[in-house]
Amino acid sequence: MPVEAPSADTLKEMYTRMWRIRLFEEQAEYQSSQGKVMGALHTYIGEEAVAVPVCAHLKDTDYITSTHRGHGHCISKGADIKRMMAELFGRATGYCKGKGGSMHIADFAIGMLGANGIVAGGFGLATGAGWAAQLRKSGQAAVCFFGDGAANRGPFHENINIAAVWKLPVVYVCENNQFAQWTPQKDVTLVTDIANMAPAYGIPGVQVDGMDALAVYEAAGEAIARARRGEGPTLLECKTYRFHGHNFGDPQMYRTREEIAEWSDKRDPIKRLAAHLKEAEILTDDEDKAIQQRVAAEIQEAVRFAESSPYPTPDELYKDIYSYEYA
Amino acid sequence: MPKISLRDALRDALHEEMARDESIIILGEDVIMHGGPYAVTRGIYEKYPERIRQTPISEAGIVGTALGAALCGMRPVAEIMYVDFITCAMDEVVNQMAKVRYMFGGQTDVPVVLRLPSGTARLIAAQHSQSLEAWFMHVPGLQVVVPSTPYDAKGLLKTALRGRDPVMFIEYKRLYTNEGEVPEGDYTIPFGKADIKRVGRDATIVATGPMVGKALEAAESLALEGIEVEVVDPRTLVPLDRETIFASVHKTNRVIVTDEEVKRGGTSAEIASLIAEECFDALDAPVKRVASANVPMPFSPELEKLVVPKAEHLVAAVRELVG
Repeated sequence: MPVEAPSADTLKEMYTRMWRIRLFEEQAEYQSSQGKVMGALHTYIGEEAVAVPVCAHLKDTDYITSTHRGHGHCISKGADIKRMMAELFGRATGYCKGKGGSMHIADFAIGMLGANGIVAGGFGLATGAGWAAQLRKSGQAAVCFFGDGAANRGPFHENINIAAVWKLPVVYVCENNQFAQWTPQKDVTLVTDIANMAPAYGIPGVQVDGMDALAVYEAAGEAIARARRGEGPTLLECKTYRFHGHNFGDPQMYRTREEIAEWSDKRDPIKRLAAHLKEAEILTDDEDKAIQQRVAAEIQEAVRFAESSPYPTPDELYKDIYSYEYA
Repeated sequence: MPKISLRDALRDALHEEMARDESIIILGEDVIMHGGPYAVTRGIYEKYPERIRQTPISEAGIVGTALGAALCGMRPVAEIMYVDFITCAMDEVVNQMAKVRYMFGGQTDVPVVLRLPSGTARLIAAQHSQSLEAWFMHVPGLQVVVPSTPYDAKGLLKTALRGRDPVMFIEYKRLYTNEGEVPEGDYTIPFGKADIKRVGRDATIVATGPMVGKALEAAESLALEGIEVEVVDPRTLVPLDRETIFASVHKTNRVIVTDEEVKRGGTSAEIASLIAEECFDALDAPVKRVASANVPMPFSPELEKLVVPKAEHLVAAVRELVG
């Protein structure tokens, strides 16, 4: 069943969200360099054309699970960047009241079941979300975002197998950025095309250029529609690249400047979508500038919100361990 | 009151709660075919075919899937065939299930019940005989429940199935066939409420799981010598009813803590240290612990019988305390 081409509005919204991710991450890195954002910071810069077009097919009632590199997933699903930034600043107004930080942002109200600090931690959650949806016959779908490193962990195998045999409405989206932290993928696995693992579970495996938002939109649309029709899970692999290393401050000794430039200069997913939109006369230069200015202003507003928010008070320490107070 | 086995009490609780709440779903290995190796889920499939799933041998997948479903409005009950196998799902238990409420700032309830057959039975050696309560107690966010009687098992499982937090429900395999009085009709037992299984004045035995029966046996024989032992069963280790334990210590001034776990770092260590911290002035003698030997469970019956404490060990310990 062919996927309907995205409308001009959808494309512009996708483009806006990609910029929102890019500028949010650049701001988070800046704030980290200033000591305002503390702890680990893994940015999604370079991978925007994966989560945004995938989530363009999802409603608030659909579910996603995420990774340690989760800001892009949150923004793609429609999270509030003020509360995200406040969480990065460790403030009480953050999504997790300052108890989660960058690696644990969640927004259950929009089906974002949490960034996850454990590689492959999202597989079970997405599979269970799919099971809940199937039992309710609600037509909801679940998307599990994961990296190439996670494909080497057991939960990848156990959960995809369960979802396949139960025909669950789940799409497993591999963001293959070719590095597991600092280790090149090819050094630790002979099967570098994750989509090729799908036949082992009896499900479709699809590979797509993860720097091409339109290609991802089409492939994800097909996989999500298939899930909603009750035909079971798909393994969708998006070949992508993280422009800024594993974490902020990563010296990146494992790759060359030339390799990074090859991707960031020539294959930037935002530039690519911009070029397409202008060529198709969907976006003018002025509109492009306006979008970037609007998003930049939103980010500044998010920083102001975070900076002016209070830290959590000591009484929060023992709250939320259980539904009742006990420690 | 009718007498039923602990296994039947658990099964009744599942049936009754599934009739009451259609969000309760069950998953696990062989849970349909034989109702699991201990037949607790027998008959569920016939009644609720949509709500019970037999899984591949994938403990990480089972717990992860249960948790995901719980975050999306369901109430999953996962059977882990033997508690020993939970080691294959420790990320899902420790880093995910126990943490999601807290690290996401209280955004979600986590109503997952993991049923965990535990302890020795039928000489099944080192990888099928463990008791891991203390591991779970150590992780904030988990609740740990250890019923010792059919009555407690049914009431505690019902509470678990109506709660909002993850439950590690420890089922001692050797207790499955033990019979006890269970009233017909609905009742629940709150978590964090210890039960005084026998009233006494000379010494307290704080006992969990299969050690409760042995403590009662010991108390019976000590009563013949005029020594009156109080037996306190915490029933839930997290939350723990410290008040009832401390009150008993204040009454008897002598206490033994006993469980079937390996003694080193076990539940008995935690409870004994709480008593030492909070009731030091009430103690007429040091707190004693009676628990399993610090060894992997051996296979041979001649060795296995040396590992787990018996009633006679409790009798000896009480005599030492009051002597």
